[in-house]
Amino acid sequence: MSGTFVGMPAFPKAAHDAVNNPTLRGNLRHATQTIRGKREKAVAELSDWTALREAGKQIKDHALRHLDRYLVQLEESVTAAGGTVHWASDADEANRIVAGLVKETGESEVLKVKSMATQEIGLNEALAAEGIAAYETDLAELIVQLGEDRPSHILVPAIHRNRGEIRDIFAREMSEWGRPAPEGLADTSAELAEAARLHLREKFLRAKVGVSGANFMVAETGTLVVVESEGNGRMCLTLPETLISVVGIEKVVPSWRDLEVFLQTLPRSSTAERMNPYTSTWTGTTDEDGPKTFHLVLLDNGRTDTLADEVGRQALRCIRCSACLNVCPVYERAGGHAYGSVYPGPIGAILSPQLRGTQSEIDASLPYASSLCGACYEVCPVAIDIPEVLVHLRERVVEGGPVTREGTKVVLRPAKGHAAERTAMRAARWALGRPGVLRTGQRLASRTRRLHPRTLPGPGKAWSGTRDLPALPDEPFRDWWQRVHGGEGDEK
Amino acid sequence: MSSRERILGRVRRALADVPQDDTPYEDAIARGYLQEHDARSPEQAADLLAENLADYRAIVHRCTADDLAATIAGLLSARGARTVLVPPGLDLGWLAATGAEQLPDHADTTPHELDRIDSVVTGCAVAVAETGTIVLDGGPEQGRRRITLVPDHHICVVRVPDQVVSSIPQALSCLNPALPLTWISGPSATSDIELDRVEGVHGPRMFEVVLVTGMPDAGAVA
Ligand code: SF4
Repeated sequence: MSGTFVGMPAFPKAAHDAVNNPTLRGNLRHATQTIRGKREKAVAELSDWTALREAGKQIKDHALRHLDRYLVQLEESVTAAGGTVHWASDADEANRIVAGLVKETGESEVLKVKSMATQEIGLNEALAAEGIAAYETDLAELIVQLGEDRPSHILVPAIHRNRGEIRDIFAREMSEWGRPAPEGLADTSAELAEAARLHLREKFLRAKVGVSGANFMVAETGTLVVVESEGNGRMCLTLPETLISVVGIEKVVPSWRDLEVFLQTLPRSSTAERMNPYTSTWTGTTDEDGPKTFHLVLLDNGRTDTLADEVGRQALRCIRCSACLNVCPVYERAGGHAYGSVYPGPIGAILSPQLRGTQSEIDASLPYASSLCGACYEVCPVAIDIPEVLVHLRERVVEGGPVTREGTKVVLRPAKGHAAERTAMRAARWALGRPGVLRTGQRLASRTRRLHPRTLPGPGKAWSGTRDLPALPDEPFRDWWQRVHGGEGDEK
Repeated sequence: MSSRERILGRVRRALADVPQDDTPYEDAIARGYLQEHDARSPEQAADLLAENLADYRAIVHRCTADDLAATIAGLLSARGARTVLVPPGLDLGWLAATGAEQLPDHADTTPHELDRIDSVVTGCAVAVAETGTIVLDGGPEQGRRRITLVPDHHICVVRVPDQVVSSIPQALSCLNPALPLTWISGPSATSDIELDRVEGVHGPRMFEVVLVTGMPDAGAVA
């Protein structure tokens, strides 16, 4: 997979820099703690949360276990509804397809609704190389793009920027891209949002080509779904004549009815709302209403390799809600950039090394970017056992073994200099295979937390050497859950 | 080999561990979750809808069928709307009391023209009480997606109780996926700047919902 953040140092180095940036840490702590508290309330409103979470997990698992069938069905239904389906094995191919489609329209600019898949493949840069300007329209993405920056969070990509910084970026950069920021722009959220509205509206009204991702694709009906707040998604999906959606193959769900689960769990897990302000669905094209031409680019780019790993494949269930980021003590301190990929936080730590392989220094270090506290698993609305996959990937880094790369089985050699982890991993694997032991272990870890080492071994050492390890919570989550919910919903 | 064949081939090899007789879709998913979160009378559902809409900063009004035209006229004039966009199948009686100039949407109306119109009045397909959500499906009373997107002020009329359902599962089961759907929960909003919620980056900044009782059933979904 391309789209590695070029020149990004490996996690320990990047995290070291981040923890020494007080503005960044302050912004991040405020943000993650705010969202975390709200999310708990939104989830508590649904008495059947456990059942919804289980159903979400099962739907995605079933879709992944029969992915070939559902992709073919999706292709048929999208085509029948007037769309055109393209298949892209990797980033280069996807970029080539999109650039070609844009050129066919004769246009040299496209409007984009925030899409992690297109960030993953570096589409904006690839289009720029072909002389096509790609404008991000999500407010946070706009801030990131104008600031020549990288997103640091799935949901609030500019979470690392405060109002003063955003005002400066707008005042300095907007005129380079289109309508300039108003004179004397203040740093209130309302004025900044208004400046963005005016700047972007000028672009929306003349847009001929829109590029989007999608949160879900329904195989049965050929329907794509975009969940958003601002309305920039609606703009990009509605006003242009041509719509090109680039979507990872793992986003398919079997049936229309399945959306009833995710439209309940996604908004509450991500923005802690009962429902996000806007959700758009479209099935091919509709006469006189919306784009006349619709292209769907189905993206592999490492996903089939991830699918080949029976333990790691569960990472493909992810619906990108970002709940795991907000509860992660490592993410809260290190920030999203330290993960060196568009997928930050706990999900990034298991997804990137699978999509890209563990050969690079950053990817080999990611499975260690965790204290294995388990909070990410507890909040995940599709019950991805992130700690289990982290341990599995650490084992892969340390011991090597068979993996699939670009569709071919290869045997990885053990990484050098990981002898310490090798022992540690054996213990962890033993514990993870025995849920009872794991539970006791977690509780023990909490109760004896003053006795814990202050540094991590191996690649973690450089990182933890500059700071204290995140404190373990007073009460382990499982204990709290047991106490508050009386054992209900303890699936494991 | 085409990329399609390559990807499908990789998927099939990756799934070699999945048995031929894997549990079929119908049995693979335990749908133990609720179809609605409380049994509600139609009145209770409408009350909850009003409460949740207001919680997300939509402005909610309630009236009877007889008062609808006066209510809409009042909302338009309160906003100083001189022009109002009219979907093709809207009951023109709804606009009988307003002095605002009524502009029909045409296939060739450009986004720039829409941007100059003050307000739009539409009906809806269904409203979801538990989440405070209005769903538009492009029906004759709602018109194309763009007309509820570009103007800054949207007045949406919901027939109570026929068009109100309790929950998301109930809403999905009565919507047609072949139609382009827009689900609206409050006005456009962003929390991207220091997590401060600001209304109105792109969609209408004012979203007003009129819950009207005593209307004849016009293709109700519930
Ligand atoms: S791994 Fe789970 S919690 Fe994290 S973003 Fe994905 S779905 Fe959300």
